[in-house]
Amino acid sequence: MATHTLHTAATRGHADHGWLSSHQTFSFAGYYNPERVHFGALRVLNDDVVAGGKGFGSHPHDNMEIISIPLEGQLEHKDNMGHTQAIHQGDIQIMSTGSGVFHSEYNGHPTQPVKFLQIWLFPNKLNVTPRYDQITLNPADRHNTLQQIISPNPDDAGTWLYQDAWFHLGRFDAGFATTYNLKKQGNGVYVFVIKGSFTVDGQALAERDGLGISGTDNIAITANSADAELLIMEVPMQIN
Amino acid sequence: MQALNILAIGRNPEIMAVINRLLNTPENRTGITVTTDEEALAAFQKTAFDLVLLCAGISEQEGAALSAKLLQLQPGVPVIRHYGGGSGLLDNEIQAALANKQTK
Repeated sequence: MATHTLHTAATRGHADHGWLSSHQTFSFAGYYNPERVHFGALRVLNDDVVAGGKGFGSHPHDNMEIISIPLEGQLEHKDNMGHTQAIHQGDIQIMSTGSGVFHSEYNGHPTQPVKFLQIWLFPNKLNVTPRYDQITLNPADRHNTLQQIISPNPDDAGTWLYQDAWFHLGRFDAGFATTYNLKKQGNGVYVFVIKGSFTVDGQALAERDGLGISGTDNIAITANSADAELLIMEVPMQIN
Repeated sequence: MQALNILAIGRNPEIMAVINRLLNTPENRTGITVTTDEEALAAFQKTAFDLVLLCAGISEQEGAALSAKLLQLQPGVPVIRHYGGGSGLLDNEIQAALANKQTK
């Protein structure tokens, strides 16, 4: 029988640093809620807004799979592996931080805010050689379908990471219904509503709500509003 | 109230320098960072710690072997893995480990 863990948008942690407004689904930095530390391998889901010209200065990470999904605006990325690149809406950025990487992320626009999701997964392998990747997707390819953006397999659609995790984006017309079939037994799914409203496995979800579902092989999804967008994150429920 | 004293061990000196700064930022916390198991064991023989963090570059096998040696010197000290390399999760991990210790 499926188990649901509901995190409505208003119950998330919130940090306002002036230049950064961050809504945090799971405990992060100054926000600590022992009831909300992770959903399986999904450790961080931050819904960030960075003011124009501002950003995160150079800082380290290790042993985390870090995914950034810009929703509006652009982020300028720089790291000590030699990458200097911008990511825009429609792009997916991934860093396998492994044995350690330093990077910075700045809003590339002087005045307009950048909005993006910052997602961290525990890796399935420690201390790998750090890796950076970014891909550009066609948003039309997720209209009334689930577009795979991340998998564990370098040869599969989207980009890849060091975890048995699959991410999909979908943008649906009102009333459109589909089913997500899990890829791996024992995995769970965390659904995050980017825009609009949905019913997922019988649970009504509004914008920025999140729902963790475990103990099932498939999940019924119906869009309840026009141009509704969601992110599906399938992750292992057991952490090594 | 006595400050928390934390030992962090990792192989990446640049990251350990950042973790050292973060550990020692709050007034109620002190931290020592080292990059070798020998340094960790030497520190453990001299000083009492409330928590040990295993950081980047330490494999699961190395971590298990080092934990066993450290716990022989100071039984009951939580030894946990630090993920992320700094500010995002560090405070959370420390709070969770100490809360878990209190409930045991």
